[in-house]
Amino acid sequence: MLKVSKEQKKETRKNARIYFLGFIIFLYLALFFINPKGAHQSLKTSLNLAIKLIPTLLIVLLLMGVMNYFLTPKRISKYLGGDPGLQGWILAATAGIISHGSIFLWYPILGEIKDKGINPGLIAVFLYNRAVKIPLIPLLAYYFGLKFVIVLTIWMVVSSFCLGKIIELIEK
Amino acid sequence: MKENKTFLSCVYKAFKSFGQFLPILLGIVFLMGLFKAYFSKRLISSIFTGNLIKDTFLGALIGSISTGNPITSYIIAGELQRQGISFFAITSFIVAWVTVGVIQLPAEASFLGKKFAIIRNGLSFIFSILVSIATVLTLLLIR
Repeated sequence: MLKVSKEQKKETRKNARIYFLGFIIFLYLALFFINPKGAHQSLKTSLNLAIKLIPTLLIVLLLMGVMNYFLTPKRISKYLGGDPGLQGWILAATAGIISHGSIFLWYPILGEIKDKGINPGLIAVFLYNRAVKIPLIPLLAYYFGLKFVIVLTIWMVVSSFCLGKIIELIEK
Repeated sequence: MKENKTFLSCVYKAFKSFGQFLPILLGIVFLMGLFKAYFSKRLISSIFTGNLIKDTFLGALIGSISTGNPITSYIIAGELQRQGISFFAITSFIVAWVTVGVIQLPAEASFLGKKFAIIRNGLSFIFSILVSIATVLTLLLIR
């Protein structure tokens, strides 16, 4: 029963993606009748953007494959074992950074860990650091530069610890 | 040989999951083309006025209610930045997109508890603004 429901949700999401693209194509078609010059200009801009993005996206794909190969959710969840010291916080942040896959895959695993009595601050640190996406760094650097990526990543990791500590205090 | 096959299957898996995301990516790329052609810089600057606090808050707010692959947020943010929107707004938008999950909130609450989910998302929203300010100020200092 649950399996059917999950498949239905997956199908709905797939349809939503296709409807979205269909809607944009419809917009272009409508524009070609209303304002052909504007539509042509938009299409040209979009194609230029797509061509520029292709090499970076290929690197992103390769890095995603490497991450899939080396890291599994089971392996990563071991990092959240619950070392209460500084090491535990660093491990939680590392686990968040190297984790991949849909967040919906992680909620049940994290729920189980939380039920075992693990510090909720560590779970918050893990979730926050999921925002640091190693395979996507080339794309972020393409738009904003490597310096921006490094500074942003450092601040995100630092703020994840502050957030984790606040949650630890509140949830106690 | 076996390991090589496993690695290839992982790359294939990445391609497959990327393929599922492709309609959104193409849609966003084409939407950006329309955006550049029909939304003038004047219109954008009437929304993002250049006020540090307001723009950063607005960026975080839009990022919080948006969902999807971070690639989408990078492309939108990158193109908006080229239109002249401040780094403060762009950064808070990117950070909130990936750290605040208004859409995922019910799922997070059901597995991790309502209190945890609300506090975590609320704090993540505040931190998206703080991280944005800290990042841009740091970049200005080390330039």
